[in-house]
Amino acid sequence: MNIDKKIADDLVANDIRFVTTVPCKQLAGVIEEVEQRDDIFHIPSNKEDEGMGLCAGAWMGGKRPAIIMQNTAIGVTINTLATLIQYYRMPLPMIISYRGELREPVACQVEMAVHTKALLAQLNIPTYHFHWQRDVEEFDNILKYTFMCNKPVAILTDANFWGGYGDQ
Amino acid sequence: MIRSEILEDIAPILRDQLVVCNIGIPSQELHAIDDQPTNFYMLGTMGLASSIGLGLALAQPKPVIVIDGDGSVLTNLGTLPTIGNNAPSNYILMIIDNGSYGSTGDQPTYTGMKTDLAGMARAAGCDNVVEVQDVGTGAALQKAIDDGVATVMVVKCDSGNAKMPVISMDPVVIRDRFMKAVAG
Ligand SMILES: Cc1ncc(C[n+]2csc(CCOP(=O)(O)OP(=O)(O)O)c2C)c(N)n1
Ligand SMILES: [Mg+2]
Repeated sequence: MNIDKKIADDLVANDIRFVTTVPCKQLAGVIEEVEQRDDIFHIPSNKEDEGMGLCAGAWMGGKRPAIIMQNTAIGVTINTLATLIQYYRMPLPMIISYRGELREPVACQVEMAVHTKALLAQLNIPTYHFHWQRDVEEFDNILKYTFMCNKPVAILTDANFWGGYGDQ
Repeated sequence: MIRSEILEDIAPILRDQLVVCNIGIPSQELHAIDDQPTNFYMLGTMGLASSIGLGLALAQPKPVIVIDGDGSVLTNLGTLPTIGNNAPSNYILMIIDNGSYGSTGDQPTYTGMKTDLAGMARAAGCDNVVEVQDVGTGAALQKAIDDGVATVMVVKCDSGNAKMPVISMDPVVIRDRFMKAVAG
């Protein structure tokens, strides 16, 4: 299975046509897939809170958005999640590379990994963790759930899910 | 002129347009001067007005006017390259540059010192940057709407605030009526 293509296919099947990204090594493939497809408008952002602003505007303009980012960005976006996305009750699927988990080679990444789920839980953000490739089968249901409840929803995708950091 | 005087001046131009308005006193002033369902008031999240407006302009064809502030643009400077490389023709970013963080008591920002926001916007790739003094705001804004090209306006004015009530409208109500106005 090509995970990158499956994720992009599910986005399009759920009418998500506006995607903003800030890169992570693990996300390189899915970002390239999103960039290449004609049925998705891809707009890179410079910081993840900026990206969430873009998504909020796109959604109010009638386009379903998604953001693709690294888990370290939870530290960047807490204010935006609380005072924009949640306060105005907006849907936002967040496809997040979960760095600092099993098979991680870079020690510093563990420092935010240990806070990631606690911060998301503190914010009452529904959170899913993809560890095995087959977990991606749930992605379509998660997207439907997100636009059903108008909440930000986190999908954490770790190195094992992406096939290991070393063999990208 | 201070920000509220500019907003009073341009209220007739803003009335029929989609407006995304900066956090704090700017939104309180616009709300008190001429509340419209076509106004999206930011109640928090300093810095993101220009980004929300850009997403909105990219998603639908109606003109979008963002009323932003110098302090807010400085805190989200990454927005300028994103605007410079992506802004569609229906996007107008109007930065009220009063050289201060108005809402928090007029503490000076760097735009009142050596920093030139218009120059930064140009360097970021924004092709159509207009610098205007407060009294010229209405004419410049109307021209930007009529020209139909992506525009960044830097409006120089005095620092100072009008005393207006806090917006008590629920955020979901603000957002819902705005979305209906966008779709209508
Ligand atoms: C992250 C964050 N830091 C600080 C504030 C406090 N704050 C609210 S509005 C504002 C000033 C904004 O200044 P500017 O964008 O220039 O608008 P003005 O009021 O001057 O028109 C500040 C510092 C905040 N809301 N959020
Ligand atoms: Mg200011």
